[in-house]
Amino acid sequence: MAVFIDEHTKVVVQGLTGREGKFHALRNRDYGTKVVAGTRPGKGGEEVEGIPIFNTVIDAVKETGANTAMTFVPPAFAMEAVLEAGEAGCDLIVCITEGIPAKDEARMYDLLKRNTTVKLLGPNCPGLISPGKSNVGIMPHEITKEGNVGVVSRSGTLTYQAVHELTRLQIGQSTCIGIGGDPVPGMSFIDVLEAFEKDEQTQAIVMIGEIGGSAEEEAAQYISKFVSKPVVSYIAGVTAPPGKKMGHAGAIVSGNMGTASAKIEALTNAGVNVVNNPTKIGQAIKELI
Amino acid sequence: MNLFEYQGKDLYKKYSINTPKSIYINSMSDLTENHDLNFPLVVKAQVQVGGRGKAGGIKLAKNKQELEEHINSILGMDIKGHKVQSLLIEEASEILSEYYISFTLDRSEKKYLMMLSSKGGMDIEEVAENSPEDLIKIHISPSLGLDSNMINQAIKDAKLNLDYIDELHEIIYKLYTLFTEGDCDLVEVNPLAITKQGVTALDSKVSLDMNAIYRHEEFIKYEEEIPIPESEKFAKSKGLNFIKLDGSVGIIGNGAGLVMSTLDVVAEHGGKAANFCDIGGGAKAETVTAALEVLESEKEVTSVLINIFGGITRCDLVAEGIVEATNGKELKWPLVVRLDGTNSKEGLEILSKNLNEKIIISESMDDAAKAAVKGSK
Repeated sequence: MAVFIDEHTKVVVQGLTGREGKFHALRNRDYGTKVVAGTRPGKGGEEVEGIPIFNTVIDAVKETGANTAMTFVPPAFAMEAVLEAGEAGCDLIVCITEGIPAKDEARMYDLLKRNTTVKLLGPNCPGLISPGKSNVGIMPHEITKEGNVGVVSRSGTLTYQAVHELTRLQIGQSTCIGIGGDPVPGMSFIDVLEAFEKDEQTQAIVMIGEIGGSAEEEAAQYISKFVSKPVVSYIAGVTAPPGKKMGHAGAIVSGNMGTASAKIEALTNAGVNVVNNPTKIGQAIKELI
Repeated sequence: MNLFEYQGKDLYKKYSINTPKSIYINSMSDLTENHDLNFPLVVKAQVQVGGRGKAGGIKLAKNKQELEEHINSILGMDIKGHKVQSLLIEEASEILSEYYISFTLDRSEKKYLMMLSSKGGMDIEEVAENSPEDLIKIHISPSLGLDSNMINQAIKDAKLNLDYIDELHEIIYKLYTLFTEGDCDLVEVNPLAITKQGVTALDSKVSLDMNAIYRHEEFIKYEEEIPIPESEKFAKSKGLNFIKLDGSVGIIGNGAGLVMSTLDVVAEHGGKAANFCDIGGGAKAETVTAALEVLESEKEVTSVLINIFGGITRCDLVAEGIVEATNGKELKWPLVVRLDGTNSKEGLEILSKNLNEKIIISESMDDAAKAAVKGSK
């Protein structure tokens, strides 16, 4: 089954004519993802390597039946693009764009929630992949393998590290999801955990967090109440000094809020097996399943 | 990016938020004879650290002689490791009441949060802990905004002096406008005071969202005024996200999560990171070369670890960058390299053809961290 995307997912790429958008859309298509359309205002009627371009997402959805939008639009125009995809009736928006102002993210999330039922992944995320079925985003599919472990993470490259550790031990994945490290992410750990819990293919879950915010603590509460599948977790930033912004806008510790130790404690209390080193994730999952 | 008090107040003025009349100085010579401030004056150290009052960084001057004494004693003073390099000199206010107000983003609610309290002028975390009923919290929908009724209700709920409700309403709305239109991560005023001159922001704590720099020219000016270590400045000009730390193992990686994790794994094996350096996604060879250059100029570094998991980033380009920075050079320290992901095979091949004798190739993140810690001792 996998979650959120599978072999039936049809993708419209916002910003397909840009360098990054084109590179990753074509890579996704080579993997087998149904990339059915691209958008670029004023370029409707053109095409990129056989993918038709439309002026708006509404046109693209009408003509191609696209149900998922992938956004590579620059930060200054990203909010409008995401709202447009929401209005066009997409089920899922995957916003890869990095560097969107927090106020735009907050407004965007609020408006989508008020006016639509669309799910938003990101912004500033690597997207998601259901190995063997579909890849929507920038994750390197070479390191994945179809299987039964669901992976969810706030960090891009650390997700790759975790997936790599699993695949090396011949443990496959159902879906790997990067929710992004920005202050106002669309989908949270909880949304993804809920989907993994319901998914028949997923038998165990890897959750990778990092310092800052309280998303991991909230996820821990959710896990203790609603998740029956085994969960392995790793939290990055144990040694990060307080008050410094470690790259991700989200990864900053203020006072005692959002420290790695608070998160580890909450997860451990929820029955999660928290490993202290990302290279131990594979082995920990192996022992659980 | 956290602003100094004087910078925050500069922004307040742009939004017509009342602040005491003031001048900003870097040295005694900046203080001209004909400054038109009226005594008594408050001399305030400009440092980005809490508790400067208790540390002797804020003093009242009743006359010219006291003013000069305080300027001399506070300039250059060390407050919790922060050297005082500038001062804000303000007219002292006659305070009737002190309140607290802040605007920030509540990440778990995904809404803006306004906090208001009649217990201003003290540590707000203590208020939150000891008398939580005195701290009013209002969530604001980012798309609908803050309306007049919400402000009036908050003023009443927080038990502020209703004789000043119009003035309070006005300043609260202006602060909210600064928070939203000004793209601030935080706007905090403690104390927001009722003075004989009206409702005034006596202090400022403002943090800017640097993702919004493209729509705020003034952010650039503020950024230039904030001192950062030379190495961070150079790194930034090269597109690196670099933060100096106090250990000896230099760290270079791609992606904030992976770099943070590398810091942790180095610590697990008994080492301490000298820095955090993220080359970002899709880095070119030059970026890697620049990262190594930054570390070469850091005296404390005794070994270096490059940990790359290629996604957008291509390991062959990283390898080219390493070769460019090390080929034919006598390296000061062992350089441990771990390459995985996109084009790692090609990357390792490039390295093995141009191997500097100080370079150690590691197959896994764990082994790499161990080798780097060993090499640092």
